[in-house]
Amino acid sequence: MKLLQGIWQFYYEGFRSMTVGRKLWVIILIKLFIIFFILKLFFFPNFLNSKFQSDLEKGNYVREQLIIRN
Amino acid sequence: MFDQIDLSMVDWARAQFALTAIYHWLFVPLTLGLSFIVAIMETIYVRTGNPEWKKITKFWMLLFGINFAIGVATGIILEFQFGTNWSNYSWFVGDIFGAPLAIEGIMAFFLESTFIAVMFFGWNKVSKGFHLAASWLTAIGANLSALWILVANAWMQNPVGMKFNPDTARNEMINFWEVLFSPMAVNKFLHTISNGYVIASIFVIGISAWFLLHHRHVLTAKRSILVAGIFGIITSLFLAYTGDGSAYTVAQKQPMKLAAMEGLYKGTSGAGLVAVGILTPSKKPGDGKDPFLMKVEIPNMLSILGYRDSKAFVPGVTDLLNGGYKPWFEKIPEEERESTYSVAQKMEKGKLAISALRNYKTASKAGDTILANISRRQLEENFPYFGYGYLTKPESAVPNIPLTFYSFHLMVMLGFYFILLFALVLFFLNRGNLEKQRWLLWLSLWTIPLGYLASQAGWVVAEVGRQPWVIQDLLPTIAAISMIGAGSVKTTFWIFAALFTALLIAEVMIMVRQIKIGPKDGGQK
Repeated sequence: MKLLQGIWQFYYEGFRSMTVGRKLWVIILIKLFIIFFILKLFFFPNFLNSKFQSDLEKGNYVREQLIIRN
Repeated sequence: MFDQIDLSMVDWARAQFALTAIYHWLFVPLTLGLSFIVAIMETIYVRTGNPEWKKITKFWMLLFGINFAIGVATGIILEFQFGTNWSNYSWFVGDIFGAPLAIEGIMAFFLESTFIAVMFFGWNKVSKGFHLAASWLTAIGANLSALWILVANAWMQNPVGMKFNPDTARNEMINFWEVLFSPMAVNKFLHTISNGYVIASIFVIGISAWFLLHHRHVLTAKRSILVAGIFGIITSLFLAYTGDGSAYTVAQKQPMKLAAMEGLYKGTSGAGLVAVGILTPSKKPGDGKDPFLMKVEIPNMLSILGYRDSKAFVPGVTDLLNGGYKPWFEKIPEEERESTYSVAQKMEKGKLAISALRNYKTASKAGDTILANISRRQLEENFPYFGYGYLTKPESAVPNIPLTFYSFHLMVMLGFYFILLFALVLFFLNRGNLEKQRWLLWLSLWTIPLGYLASQAGWVVAEVGRQPWVIQDLLPTIAAISMIGAGSVKTTFWIFAALFTALLIAEVMIMVRQIKIGPKDGGQK
């Protein structure tokens, strides 16, 4: 418990005493929001996962694609 | 079937991947190299106890942190693209790509995120030794993260250690060590990380030169130049060495890429290396035109670099298209070597492999085990040429020669220029009159963008030079792409362009501001 408290304190004080780091964290959070909540959700669905449930179906589809694109 | 594929989708998906990779690679190499330079500086501080070295360490650590923070997670977008735009490819590569990327993710998260926190928050809170260990482990962790993604890339250039399973349509890893330690993977990793070290050295020298030009933080600048100069000259020589290793593996595994890198259309024994050249813009394979408007060549050097023998035959684009030549193996007499196939013959074998896959599927479904086994054997025999079955004409196997040629020569010329720059900087620093060499200080400053240019050129050689393949000989882009329209890819291309440009501008602005403030005794977080 004391160890966990020590780790928490270490990070807490570290973040509190940041100067340039605060600006960087704002940039990181905005970036992650754009990447995961805008791009991933609205523009980058996993093509196979969105069409098929099982690996068997995915494998059959890709094999079919590999055959007919010849 | 090709008429059902939106061909502009292939181009837009490739452009999007290239754009993302180019921007991602603006951030990564500085992280790889600067982490080690910072660790070296901190080691000097711990050994000497001199507070000036602590100040130096903290300053460069701050710039490392800015670059790391802005660049972090930009590579994730590449993985999104695999799942959306390149779903056939993602499935086809199976666990070979997934395993190294998973290891990369875990290592990056645990090693970097844990020890970076100690690096930045741990001054005066943990012991000097523990802090130093955290700095080294951050550097090692960052570089090991790069290992796995580069192993995956090398596998695409030289697929080894796997077996294609026609039941699942996936490649299955049968030998992890063969994937990890293939000569392509070893060279790619060493060449790429040493490139990061050189960029970081150029960065430190360039910024320090700016301080000297403005007569600010002179001691910090000189000491930084000393560390970065020594680190830079050692790693740039190593970069040249690993570059030679890369060219050798390319000669063995991707001869078409080597031919494109050198603008070599007609193969020859004792081939020369083009030091400088201008290609004939309208040149096409087999048209009889001189490939070069002008060139300066080093005799026999390409044979030596590619095959370690001054007499070795190096095939050109036409030889590779037409086949029929005997590839160079030093230890095997010519009469015992087998002639190579033409691309047209490989296309036939590729079509046979695809047809065998179709027959295997039909026979398995019908429960005809005899036909299934025959088809499977036929597929396995012809699988090394599987991807050629998708090409519509032999010329499709030729990459963009001018782009590959000029990128390669730009990279090599800049690589040698960097060695010279490091040597000059160290020479004048040792003589004690570096501050008076203002031309050299300005040159050092303006070399920073050249470091990035050389690095990007190297990736252009690696990736454009292997076209049309996503996986060498096994899967071309046209077969790897998802069956989706180009609309959303075009939209996200411009979103990425805007996002990454904004991130780059933010990085440059924050960095320039911190550089103008300069090193402080207490440092900043």
